[in-house]
Amino acid sequence: MTGFLLRRLGQAIIVILGVTAVVFLLGQLIPGGQARAALGPKATPMQLSHFNIVNGFNESIWVQYWHYILRLLHGNLGYSYRNNQGVTSLILNRLPKTIVLVGAATLLAIFVSIPMGITQAVRRNSVFDYSATGVLFFLYAMPDFFIGEVLILYLSFDLHWFPSAPPTDASAWAVFTQPNAFFLPVLVLAVTSIAAYSRYMRGSMLETVAEDFIRTAQAKGAPPRRVLYRHALRNSLLPMITLIGLTLPAIIGGAIIVEDLFNYPGMGLLTVQSASNDDVPLVLGTTLVATIATVLGSLVADVLYAVADPRIRLGEG
Amino acid sequence: MEIDPTELPNLVDAGSPLRTPEFATTDAGEVGNDGGLLRNMGRVFAQNKLALISLVFLIFVVLFCFVGPSLYHTNQTNAELALSAPQNAAPSHQYPLGTDGNGFNILGRIMYGGQISLIVGFLAAIVSTVVGVVYGAFAGFFGSWVDPLAMRIVDIGLSIPGLFLLIALVTIWRPSASLLILVIAAVSWLVPARLIRAETLSLKTRDYVQAVKAMGGRRSRIIGRHIIPNSIGTIVVFATFTVADSILFLAALGFLGLGVPAPQTDWGTMLSNGVNYAADGYWWEIWPVGIVFVLVIVALNYLGDALRDALEVRLQRH
Repeated sequence: MTGFLLRRLGQAIIVILGVTAVVFLLGQLIPGGQARAALGPKATPMQLSHFNIVNGFNESIWVQYWHYILRLLHGNLGYSYRNNQGVTSLILNRLPKTIVLVGAATLLAIFVSIPMGITQAVRRNSVFDYSATGVLFFLYAMPDFFIGEVLILYLSFDLHWFPSAPPTDASAWAVFTQPNAFFLPVLVLAVTSIAAYSRYMRGSMLETVAEDFIRTAQAKGAPPRRVLYRHALRNSLLPMITLIGLTLPAIIGGAIIVEDLFNYPGMGLLTVQSASNDDVPLVLGTTLVATIATVLGSLVADVLYAVADPRIRLGEG
Repeated sequence: MEIDPTELPNLVDAGSPLRTPEFATTDAGEVGNDGGLLRNMGRVFAQNKLALISLVFLIFVVLFCFVGPSLYHTNQTNAELALSAPQNAAPSHQYPLGTDGNGFNILGRIMYGGQISLIVGFLAAIVSTVVGVVYGAFAGFFGSWVDPLAMRIVDIGLSIPGLFLLIALVTIWRPSASLLILVIAAVSWLVPARLIRAETLSLKTRDYVQAVKAMGGRRSRIIGRHIIPNSIGTIVVFATFTVADSILFLAALGFLGLGVPAPQTDWGTMLSNGVNYAADGYWWEIWPVGIVFVLVIVALNYLGDALRDALEVRLQRH
């Protein structure tokens, strides 16, 4: 297993390095360059060239990239001229909130969709199966902002069940102190994943049930429930781990929409606000952080898969 | 054992498990793959009612958005003139779907916004498919060091959450509607590139490709005349899904206030403006545009499903 983990870690590092190159190049694409973006359209050529010299933007692109990597290694993501503040500290303030939101949504999606998928697979082609399939297909096609709007419209404005405003508690632990305020954002973020995961769980379960080892277990006389939960379920859960890793970019991207919709002060809202402010360094910073989080998330999923699957854990890989 | 995402039905990119054959919601029946592309597509619609309904609906929406405004004249561009109309008016005889916060007639606005949503979605899908197909075919065909390098670049691109990349590009360029097409395409060419590269790897070992090679056919000719035409099934199916995804991307940007500049609009921007008034119970600013939007996405997905079943395409990542 060590070999597998090392190989996987190496891949993750290469991807992250590549992403830093992409983000660095995006920074170079700003019309008029970083100086123009920082100093505004009224800056004189003298001011611009002074800015470039002070910040090392007059160096060759390779030197600049090298300096960029060195700064990143020191945890410096750049400087937001609009906020007069380092990008890193701005992001660090918001990151825990997004992690809580994304984490809660992922957990909710897992806990709803796995039982749902199992039930659909067990009662295959029943009325329940068909109606769940239909509803999930629609939920999957519905953009999250539309689902969110409808839920806000009815659950919070008409019925007053849940607030449409974000939790007022500044700390990320508000999820425990103000669970009510978290309900809608987490639900909206989870809906698309619920649709995708339960669909996948159903398919994975049906595929596993057709395997030889299930027939063997039945032939030994194992009771149907045991066959279902001990043999079929455990094996169909394995690919779910990889699926969750693969859908992380979508969930983290979805957090932007949900945070904007509910005015939830996480990294997604920070990204939208800085985009409206033309704050390129900040947008590039959040993009880099979101990507690194995605890469690390799928790395964790792969490691969990390796731990959960004895074929890898016991060293075939 | 290496964890290989390709062993899973494709999940993130071509959308979701809902788009894999095992999970197909449509029932295409026994459709052979012996006729030409068009004949096969014709057979899909003859046998698959849901696909036929989707196609008819999409044609209707296109006519509604593009021909509708010439039959049903409304002001959608002059903001000052619009302010002379009642704002947030409920549906009535004069305004069948009411008016929005700026006094624009919503029925007309759905047509006007739909034009941009559909054009941007459709053209972004075409651009990203063409770029992805050419990139993927060349990477797969050249092999040696080109292929791994090209595919690592795709991996890196795919690891950036699409919406973040989109927002970064939009922040840097402040695009007009036509630039948005390129920006959305810049995010969505990666998956077709990977699909076509996989297809190319299997096609280039076929006898007829080997024969052209032996006769001294140029590589660009092999790719252009043999590899790409033989992957046309995958290309058509994937392009259908990409239209839906591009419309969704544009709507997400519009919803975040980063879409087409006012007074232009698209369905996402309309939904975003509508939510500002949701607290006042102005449901007509959300529901009509939302329903048209969702139905278009669902119809495109059904259409893609049906085409995939008919053309026996497996949208696997490799």
